[in-house]
Amino acid sequence: MAMTEQRVSYTLDSSLETIDSAEEKATRIATELGFGDDEVMQISMAVREGAVNAVLHGNAYAADKKVTLAFERTGNELVITIRDQGKGMDLSKIPNPLAPENLLKTSGRGIFLMRSFMDIVEIRPSSTGTELKLIKHVHGPTAGGKEASQ
Amino acid sequence: MTMKVGSRQVDGVTIVDCSGRITLGEGSVILRDTVRDLLSKGNKKIVLNLADVNYIDSSGIGELVSAFTTTKNQGGELKLLNLTKKVNDLLQITKLYTVFDVKDDEASAVKSFK
Repeated sequence: MAMTEQRVSYTLDSSLETIDSAEEKATRIATELGFGDDEVMQISMAVREGAVNAVLHGNAYAADKKVTLAFERTGNELVITIRDQGKGMDLSKIPNPLAPENLLKTSGRGIFLMRSFMDIVEIRPSSTGTELKLIKHVHGPTAGGKEASQ
Repeated sequence: MTMKVGSRQVDGVTIVDCSGRITLGEGSVILRDTVRDLLSKGNKKIVLNLADVNYIDSSGIGELVSAFTTTKNQGGELKLLNLTKKVNDLLQITKLYTVFDVKDDEASAVKSFK
């Protein structure tokens, strides 16, 4: 783990435990930043979905591949970055989970949920891995004066 | 908190009381195994009572869809009961509220199978 005053980052294994751990970290940090209960839930769920994608679809549980997770408070935003070391995803092949023909599919909702819960979602796939950036704007007076701490 | 289930019979309908989290891994597997076990024993009228389920991720949503379609494909029916606000909101934004038969009291859920 590496940490600065406003940024904290983790290097994690490609395991199911990483997914729970990422969610727990997101919950704690979002709470410390003063987000409301609903926003904390949204942030933690988006991070969980991002971690699922990194562990399962990116690194495919490979023991020699890591997931890096970083939380950064920049101005009025919480910026969360999740990187994997997989082959990268083809964004054009991600179906719309709300299309009638896809409603009964058992997968394919993770990115949709992230986009529903966060203000900005950026996905940058490459041949050496995918970088996912999740951004939530800090709202309300209680969210202004605190930084993530460890 | 991991997922726990317990099932009971009410007027020929199997009520599955779920609690905890339905997420990737153990929670989803427990739900899948429970529904498959019920169907294999001929219990095809199933209500998932989600009153004490406080968290579902996309894998858990997928597992609910799988339980619904598996039951339907075997000539049965699977309904949802007592959704928490979080789960209700998730089914709304994923449009699955239009797919599932969602009930908010057990008696009407049981009666709806007749």
